[in-house]
Amino acid sequence: MIGVFHPGDSVIHRMPALAKLGLLAVAVTITALLHSLPALGVVALVTVALFALARIPVRLAWRQVAPILWVLALAVPVQWFFAGWEAAATMGARLLLAVALAAVYTLTTTVTATLDAMQVLLRPFARWIDPDRVGLALALAIRCVPLLADLVREVLEARKARGAEGSPTALAVPVIVRTLRTADHLGEALMARGVDD
Amino acid sequence: MSVIRFDGVGHRFGDELVVDGVDLELTEQRIGIVGANGSGKSTLARMVNGLVTPTTGTVTFDGLDVSRHGREVRRRVGFVFTNADTQIVMPTVREDVAFTLRRHRLDAATAAARVDAVLDRFGLAELADRPAHRLSGGQKQLLALASVLVGRPDLVIADEPTTLLDARNARLIAEHFASLDEQVIVVSHQLELLESFDRVIVMEAGRVVADDVPAVALDAYRALIG
Repeated sequence: MIGVFHPGDSVIHRMPALAKLGLLAVAVTITALLHSLPALGVVALVTVALFALARIPVRLAWRQVAPILWVLALAVPVQWFFAGWEAAATMGARLLLAVALAAVYTLTTTVTATLDAMQVLLRPFARWIDPDRVGLALALAIRCVPLLADLVREVLEARKARGAEGSPTALAVPVIVRTLRTADHLGEALMARGVDD
Repeated sequence: MSVIRFDGVGHRFGDELVVDGVDLELTEQRIGIVGANGSGKSTLARMVNGLVTPTTGTVTFDGLDVSRHGREVRRRVGFVFTNADTQIVMPTVREDVAFTLRRHRLDAATAAARVDAVLDRFGLAELADRPAHRLSGGQKQLLALASVLVGRPDLVIADEPTTLLDARNARLIAEHFASLDEQVIVVSHQLELLESFDRVIVMEAGRVVADDVPAVALDAYRALIG
């Protein structure tokens, strides 16, 4: 979700986020229930067709799917050892396809569209949950990942510059202090931008 | 222009008196505030839209007491912070600008047209779908300003908007502030930025020590810092 949206005007891009979320849920459920490798092969072909239809560059698609390969590199041999090659291949294919299908969604849908969809989904619970606040909390959680990553990187560099590479205190204290200060500033900025309206 | 009044305004952070007995009436289009670190200038600016409430006295914006009508005032007063990173809420440039309009309850087409117009104005149109956190420092500050202006505020306050920028980006941001049609209050250490303003206020130890046209007030500030 963090800045992976690939702009475009394909049918998939233009489809409402709520419909895409629904189709994603159905597709992942079907994939999880399939036991035959040829059937999973058909799902794989459909997934590749979806990437092509959305005109997602291969490099970008690969970047979304590649991280799961590390998990598969560990999980598939274990499954093979205990349950045989067919079960291992089925499990690996299911995981890979679920991640690839989710990538089609994230690459073609903005965070705003996802938040709007979530707010629609949460509307029946509006008596107990404020959908706007949940949406904002999710947006902030997504936004804070790169913000905190930058903060930790800067502190690591400062720690290195001071020759204190091994010191957990030289990492933890500035990270906590700066995180709390950043949270204060973010709160102030949200207030200035009318979030308390 | 809006009228901003400070009547006997003071503010304490714990035992520390950061703003002390300030009386001002601001009606000019471009107002600058200068002062050393800890002089109370940022606190004073934050009082205009109720981010900080005075411990004593009152601040009013067009007759509205900011302490009691903060939300109403904040709809009319935009704020640009020193570090744009903490002001950016949404993942992409376009989404962050559009975020401001959520409280305006506009229809999608009107909102999109306003977002596109402001992105064009600040040369951000080509970056519209880029992740906001990957912009340069200058581009982030432009985004912060665009996100404020899309809400069409009557007044824009900027707290040291050029402090974290290199000279070229600082000049670019300064030019944008100089070209705004809106009323602006800029807190800055960059004295050249304030030279073309209508009025400059100099703060020292929480008090206003000079308040005049830039030529006079900035000289007073230079004399103060030696």
